[in-house]
Amino acid sequence: MIELRELTKRYGDKTAVDRLTFSVRPGIVTGFLGPNGAGKSTTMRMMLGLDKPTSGDVRINGKRYDQLRDPLQYIGALLEAKAVHGGRTAYNHLLCMAQSNNVPKKRIDAVLDLVGLKEVAKKRPKGFSLGMGQRLGIAAALLGDPKILMFDEPVNGLDPEGIHWIRNLMKHLASEGRTVFVSSHLMSEMSLTAEHLVVIGRGKLLADTSMADFIAENSRTFVRVRTPEPERMRDVLASVGIRPVFEQDGAMQVEGMAPAQIGEMAAWYRVVLHELSPQKASLEEAFMQLTAGSVEYHAHEQGPTPDGRNGQAGRRRR
Amino acid sequence: MPHTTRVLRSEWTKIRSVRSTLWTLATALTVTVGLSALICAFTASQFDKLTKQEQLTFDAVQTSFSGSGLGQLAMIAFGVMVVAGEYSTGMIRSSLAAVPQRTVFLLSKVFVAGTLVLVVGMATSFLAFFIGQALLGERSVSIEDEGVLRAVLGGGVYMTLIALFAMGLSFVLRSPLLAFAILMPFFFLISNILGTVEATKKYAQYLPDQAGKTVTAVVPESLNRPYGPYEGLAIMVAWTLAALIAGWIVLKQRDA
Repeated sequence: MIELRELTKRYGDKTAVDRLTFSVRPGIVTGFLGPNGAGKSTTMRMMLGLDKPTSGDVRINGKRYDQLRDPLQYIGALLEAKAVHGGRTAYNHLLCMAQSNNVPKKRIDAVLDLVGLKEVAKKRPKGFSLGMGQRLGIAAALLGDPKILMFDEPVNGLDPEGIHWIRNLMKHLASEGRTVFVSSHLMSEMSLTAEHLVVIGRGKLLADTSMADFIAENSRTFVRVRTPEPERMRDVLASVGIRPVFEQDGAMQVEGMAPAQIGEMAAWYRVVLHELSPQKASLEEAFMQLTAGSVEYHAHEQGPTPDGRNGQAGRRRR
Repeated sequence: MPHTTRVLRSEWTKIRSVRSTLWTLATALTVTVGLSALICAFTASQFDKLTKQEQLTFDAVQTSFSGSGLGQLAMIAFGVMVVAGEYSTGMIRSSLAAVPQRTVFLLSKVFVAGTLVLVVGMATSFLAFFIGQALLGERSVSIEDEGVLRAVLGGGVYMTLIALFAMGLSFVLRSPLLAFAILMPFFFLISNILGTVEATKKYAQYLPDQAGKTVTAVVPESLNRPYGPYEGLAIMVAWTLAALIAGWIVLKQRDA
């Protein structure tokens, strides 16, 4: 169990993490979601005692990280930035960590085998690919057989095979009753692995909810209508009290009517339709809407978005 | 096994498992011994050409340790790599996640590296002395002569202190590039220049390397300092402690 209470980190007058309060519960995968620059990595570094909070604190099983004796036996972490000396062999890297934390030597071979690095145990990580480096980081996290595991953007830069492997590993670790806390900026990634979601934006807590609730609340269905006469179609819809949302290319999103009803109405008023298709908004879109106001670095959109929402929210990303 | 013992073993594993340890320490030894031997051989052959004053204040022990000016740079490199290497590679995050008790971490690292450097430093000092004296021939002194053993042991201690000073400063600077850029020119050039120029001489003699050197001198007139060998060593120890304490404060305060 990890508990954050009013956790805050300021750099000068910039607040990177703003009074975060939430708990990470055991036995499930908790996704830690937020746009780039939302403060995920800073939060995770504070959880590990690497960065000092400006105020508030983090407790791991009721203790501060630096009060843990042999912390690697409680909590293992894969951080986003590499944390390995390129000139020290994979085996020796794990050995020095095992020695300081009273981990038996046979665990080193076990974790190297588990992550598939047995063959390169005596090699220096300088020559490792991104995926191999990530695997070594995971081996280090698993070394002390900890009950809590933390992964910061574990799939970043991995090939599909590596991504698949990490997803299954996280699920497997949670099924063994471990606490898994994993950060990502991709909703689609989280929806595949996480049972619980913690969403932050600009360092603030935006949501702390189960994945099932998040999906139920946020999956929006609508009908996409494309017509050469958008003005007339809008008036037709307005006559029954429906206000369509325009997409960037002029297509309309209509909520609250079935495709059949819309088609019949269009036929009645003799409006030509080019497209009439039922759509389901992606979770990615729901996530973007949730964090829209808190995205650190916006790309400039081409032209205004007619619906007045954040431009990125109207885009389809899969 | 107590916690500190485990952290010490871990630090030993770290030090012995990177190549830079071997090559910096081997360089420190060979450069110091080799260059000292060369200078001793040269001095022996040219002794008659020295001025009367130079002959009177000739220090055979100091001369057999004259390569240390260059050899100490490799010791500094060792100290920088052991500490700043953790930061440049990102290893520091793994290290502090494994040992969040930062004071224990620093003391263990300093102790392990310091012990290793002391062993290598002593070997360097004794080798340089015996080879140098053999080459100096009739100008040589015996290890049993007054102050000689102190000077030779002092040579090993000097090497250790200079490496520890570099470690302390590296904990402050956290970047190998920055640490090298400051320490190398300082100990190779700046300190010597300040020690030679008349205007800065009386201040420069309190710099760590210049003060520390007095412990390797047997003929006090050769250096002409207002303090003795042990006081000189104490000044260098004070510098080293100051650097390590500064490093400790930075390590305690700053984010990793």
